[in-house]
Amino acid sequence: MLAMIGKRLLFAIPSLIGVVIVTFLLTRALPGDPAAYFAGPAATKEAVDQIRKKLGFDKPLIEQFVRYSTDLAHGDLGSSLTTGQPVAAELRSRLPASAELTLLGLVVSIVIAIPLGVLAATRPGSWIDHLCRVTTTAGVSLPVFFTGLVLVYVFYFRLGWSPAPLGRLDVFTSAPPTVTGFYLVDALIARDFEAFRSALSQLILPAVTLAIFSLAPIARMTRASMLAVLASDFVRTARASGLSPDKVIVTYAFRNAMLPVITTLSMVFSFLLGANVLVEKVFAWPGIGSYAVEALIASDFAPVQGFVLTMAVMYVLLNLMIDILYGVIDPRVRLEG
Amino acid sequence: MTAQPLLDVKDLTVEFTTRRGIVKAVQHVDISVGKGETVGIVGESGSGKSVTSYAVMRILDRAGRIADGSVRFSGIDVKAATESQMRDLRGREVSMIFQNPRAALNPIRKVGHQIEDVLRQHVQQAQVTDRGEKAIEALEQVKIARARERYHAYPFELSGGMCQRVVIALALACNPQLLIADEPTTGLDVTTQKAVMDLIVELTRRRSMSTILITHDLGLAAAYCDRVVVMEKGRVVETAKSADIFAAPRHAYTRKLMRATPRLGVSLRDLLPEEDPLASPRVRGEADTLGSALARQSVAGEGGSPRVVPADPAPHPNPFPVKNEERGPIEPLLSVEKLVKEYPRQGAGGMLAKLFGRKPPVEEETFRAVDGISFSIDHGESVGLVGESGCGKSTTSMMVMRLLDQTSGRIMFDGEDVGGIAPQSFARLPRRSQIQMVFQDPTDSLNPRFTAARAIADPIMQLGDIRGRDALRARCEELARLVGLPVNLLDRFPHQLSGGQKARVGIARAIALHPKLVILDEPTAALDVSVQAVVLNLLQDLKQSMGMSYLFVSHDLNVVRLLCDRVIVMRAGRIVEQGASEHVLGNPQDAYTRELLTAIPHPPLPAS
Repeated sequence: MLAMIGKRLLFAIPSLIGVVIVTFLLTRALPGDPAAYFAGPAATKEAVDQIRKKLGFDKPLIEQFVRYSTDLAHGDLGSSLTTGQPVAAELRSRLPASAELTLLGLVVSIVIAIPLGVLAATRPGSWIDHLCRVTTTAGVSLPVFFTGLVLVYVFYFRLGWSPAPLGRLDVFTSAPPTVTGFYLVDALIARDFEAFRSALSQLILPAVTLAIFSLAPIARMTRASMLAVLASDFVRTARASGLSPDKVIVTYAFRNAMLPVITTLSMVFSFLLGANVLVEKVFAWPGIGSYAVEALIASDFAPVQGFVLTMAVMYVLLNLMIDILYGVIDPRVRLEG
Repeated sequence: MTAQPLLDVKDLTVEFTTRRGIVKAVQHVDISVGKGETVGIVGESGSGKSVTSYAVMRILDRAGRIADGSVRFSGIDVKAATESQMRDLRGREVSMIFQNPRAALNPIRKVGHQIEDVLRQHVQQAQVTDRGEKAIEALEQVKIARARERYHAYPFELSGGMCQRVVIALALACNPQLLIADEPTTGLDVTTQKAVMDLIVELTRRRSMSTILITHDLGLAAAYCDRVVVMEKGRVVETAKSADIFAAPRHAYTRKLMRATPRLGVSLRDLLPEEDPLASPRVRGEADTLGSALARQSVAGEGGSPRVVPADPAPHPNPFPVKNEERGPIEPLLSVEKLVKEYPRQGAGGMLAKLFGRKPPVEEETFRAVDGISFSIDHGESVGLVGESGCGKSTTSMMVMRLLDQTSGRIMFDGEDVGGIAPQSFARLPRRSQIQMVFQDPTDSLNPRFTAARAIADPIMQLGDIRGRDALRARCEELARLVGLPVNLLDRFPHQLSGGQKARVGIARAIALHPKLVILDEPTAALDVSVQAVVLNLLQDLKQSMGMSYLFVSHDLNVVRLLCDRVIVMRAGRIVEQGASEHVLGNPQDAYTRELLTAIPHPPLPAS
């Protein structure tokens, strides 16, 4: 098992190097001159040139790249030009915010989507099957910013049940001491239930927004793969042996049907992590998605590169986790380690 | 038969709701099974034999329902029973063994746990520790060696025969009164088939259980059943004691089935149905049901002559001149010398390590799938390559076909050393058109998005010299006529064709480029016997008219005996015996060949 993990991590290195090169080139190819941007609209040409020289943009591309990768090797992702903060520190504080939101969204979505898919598959043509179809269609066709805004309108503006969509905590609560970076977890560790309540109430709406969106692929996949497995020979054997429907569905059908669902989950998760920019915007969430987009607009190279690299590493780790999970569920995969 | 039978099916009709309306899969079927009796249900695909058994267990699909009639099992009305009553019945009173044992087991659950699941469902008083022991005991009863280790095995770690034993253990774990075996040995080797069947008989007899054996193999039914029920298109056409039915089959369909079954002492022609003077040659897609148009022509058009000129010879002069068999010191078409294929022992090593407590495997690094074999095929000769699964026969044919690189050895084809050509580049050489292949599964070997015409045209477009849409179409039609495929079916997709028609498309595709050697990899294994009879005859006719050589890979010795001049028997990568078919199969020298031959269940000869 450990050898397999090690091998997989080794295989990931070339792709990470590829990601570093491609993002470096892409950010350089972007339109816009960061030096001019920083010097401001009133700056003289000399001032712009001076800034460019200071930032090292006057050097040949290859030299810039060597400097960038040497810094990278030392764990230095550079500094943002807009905020002046080191990128690594920014990512470290913003990544947990995005991850907490995405994870909670995903959990909510799994809790709803998987039972929905299973029930729809075991009762095709019933009202629950139709409910599944309607929910999933609605989920994919409504854009996240729209559902987000509707939720804010209804639950904050109209009903007043949820707090103002302004960040991770309301203004009167202070953040719990950082352990994991996830406020919910940190608040529990610090036994600060006030902070926990506040963090949770801030989280619910954006998490639900994400959940509605990610519900569709998970529910559809669960339904499809359950239907396929329920039609298979070994389920027939189980039924012919007189096993109870619960046993057939849970132990025989569901565990087998999970395999493609897990693959879908990993895709949905990695997709959500980067793509929830709109949700972060709507709820003023200090996550990495909004950070990257702001940096991109400002032609601020370092944060963009840092963001892409972080995502690539996350993606590699996520895939590794999925493969390990696969091996736990499916004994056939274990042999190929 | 005075007492009430254990299972009594009366006037059973099963309907399926499909998109094209209601289909009656089974109509007015009467079957009764007494205590301790073994009843065979025989029929070809689509005869409703499996559906009948599913109705007895009430495990029909959602679309199917028992429309009429009654099913009584030891006094219980199965049709009226509640679902929980049925659950108690299934597995405890009536249990089933299925075709394709590997798929019938949950792939990600240990086999021991699967047996325990059944025990847990039906045997309440058993304690937790007890259940594991009982499962191991069940495995021991089906003669699985090292049952204690195998308890922890997953289905993919076991062979097909072993998986079937596990399925039997599963079915018999709760001592049911009735066992329904649905094609329990289809897809298994003859020796495994014999072992599995003998095991079923032994176990059921010892427990004085009743058995229903569903099969398409008359020989198997004759050998193991007390009574046989013959079904055709959802109806029972004949019920009789098995001794009687084979001595004097009353129904025409039974006679046809018996004729079509390859057996000792008959020729290929004998397999075809007797001439029916009333039948007119059919042009539509039903040729398979009553013998092909081609076969019909051979009987009707040419009188008693066994030679067949492919269909419609007048407007299309035979494009393939019959090759004069020049006997002389010509070299063979194909000669294989000391062919070896080795595989790294990865999977097996890992498995062994698992079984023996993760010790590193001490065996050699490689596994020899083919171990230094030499043989040759002459021009116009057909050679059978027989052996059980895993003996290396498919690997050999893949290497000859250049789909696989050999580890060492020489393959000479038509005077050229093709063994040195890498598989990737061989596909583009003109030489490639000389060797063609017909695959085992007629459905899976056709692209589902290609029409029959497109599939046949494929090799011509790759390697042929016919250009232009019309010329290509004309050639496809010519080939279709040659293999007895109605031309109006050429625009259909594989799923719109019957098994026999798909087999014809596969053959037409293989002969499209006038190959010298055709490798036939179990071309009839997936077909019903009556269709098989027609396809075998077609292959024989084509060989004679086109002067091709065949390498016929098969595990069915009866079929090999009929079609092949010479036979090569392989075991564990080596050739154990080779020679003329009559000689090898009539008077086998090697113990293994004898074992293979005795394992075949012999149907009694039909009264002629």
